[in-house]
Amino acid sequence: MGRKFAVAINPKWCKKCGICAAFCPRQVFTHKAGHVPEITAEEKCIGCNQCEQRCPDFAVTVRGKNDESDS
Amino acid sequence: MMLAEKYLRDAMMPHMWCPGCGHGIILQAVIRAIDKAGLEHDKTVIVSGIGCSSRASGYMNFDTLHTTHGRALPFASGIKMANPDLNVIVLTGDGDALAIGGNHFIHACRRNIDITTVIFNNSIYGMTSGQYSPMTPVGQFATTSPYGNIDRNFDVCELAKSAGATYVARSTAYHAPSMPDLIVKAINNKGFSVVEAVGQCPTYYGRRNKLGSPVDMLNWQKEHAVNVAAAAHLTPEQLADKLIIGELHNSSAPEFTEKYDQLVARLQGRE
Ligand SMILES: Cc1ncc(C[n+]2csc(CCOP(=O)(O)OP(=O)(O)O)c2C)c(N)n1
Ligand code: SF4
Repeated sequence: MGRKFAVAINPKWCKKCGICAAFCPRQVFTHKAGHVPEITAEEKCIGCNQCEQRCPDFAVTVRGKNDESDS
Repeated sequence: MMLAEKYLRDAMMPHMWCPGCGHGIILQAVIRAIDKAGLEHDKTVIVSGIGCSSRASGYMNFDTLHTTHGRALPFASGIKMANPDLNVIVLTGDGDALAIGGNHFIHACRRNIDITTVIFNNSIYGMTSGQYSPMTPVGQFATTSPYGNIDRNFDVCELAKSAGATYVARSTAYHAPSMPDLIVKAINNKGFSVVEAVGQCPTYYGRRNKLGSPVDMLNWQKEHAVNVAAAAHLTPEQLADKLIIGELHNSSAPEFTEKYDQLVARLQGRE
């Protein structure tokens, strides 16, 4: 099964709070305090978009792989 | 966030809010709502007062007005009166809207002027480093209530409803995924609409009240929110420390700018 979603963090806007990592139901992110979270398991993303919608910094984007539009 | 390109002023980003501050989450919900409602850039004006939350207008790529403390609604009312075709959205804090701006708030409700107001309620004055606001719950700590707040806090949704607002809803930053739909309904309501968006100020409110990290504060919102349908089955005691979320009031009443136009037409003998 190929990856269905692309998850990206804009490091210029991210303030490293870790909210995206904390509320991801599939542990797509790995967050070390004081660092921009890393996307370590993108293949597990189910596209629920909770990380993006709770990001206070407009820094997370989740996109469908065959989809140019915003989710 | 893809919509950021369309609706934010790129040159102003990153924004000034602290890490984990709820204001960014709420602003994102506002942007999603504007997009869902299909509002045109040229027909939409964003107005704010003063406070961390009121800085939101400066990030938005619309005609925006960052006004004086507590006075967003009078400026917004002027804009709406001058050109009733505009969509006017006010972004304000609990202090801005309900302390210094409290009188303007109740009268905007009373007039039922067609403005949508989103109150970024973080229970504190964030910008001036943590004084209590009229929304700080009883017993909570602030720089001005070092022994616990003895003032009772407003329930702004009940206040808005009693004062005459025709659409009233509440959501939280945790509930960001469902917040835009409430804001869309507020925008579409022809009259004064209030959405209380409960958020978090980890820096001043959270730290002083030992509420933990921004993630802990979002979890608090999750645990204390009760949907309006479920709340109907609970007793006042069970609801004492709960936030009732969802659409709380939706009614219709004559809208102010329409009444004003009718008055002008009548006096000019046009009807
Ligand atoms: C006339 C006037 N009085 C007081 C102030 C100081 N002041 C600036 S922001 C603020 C409170 C803001 O609180 P709130 O609206 O809750 O916004 P937050 O910063 O928490 O988002 C106050 C009292 C001011 N700028 N102008
Ligand atoms: S002081 Fe509080 S309200 Fe202001 S930006 Fe920081 S966290 Fe947000």
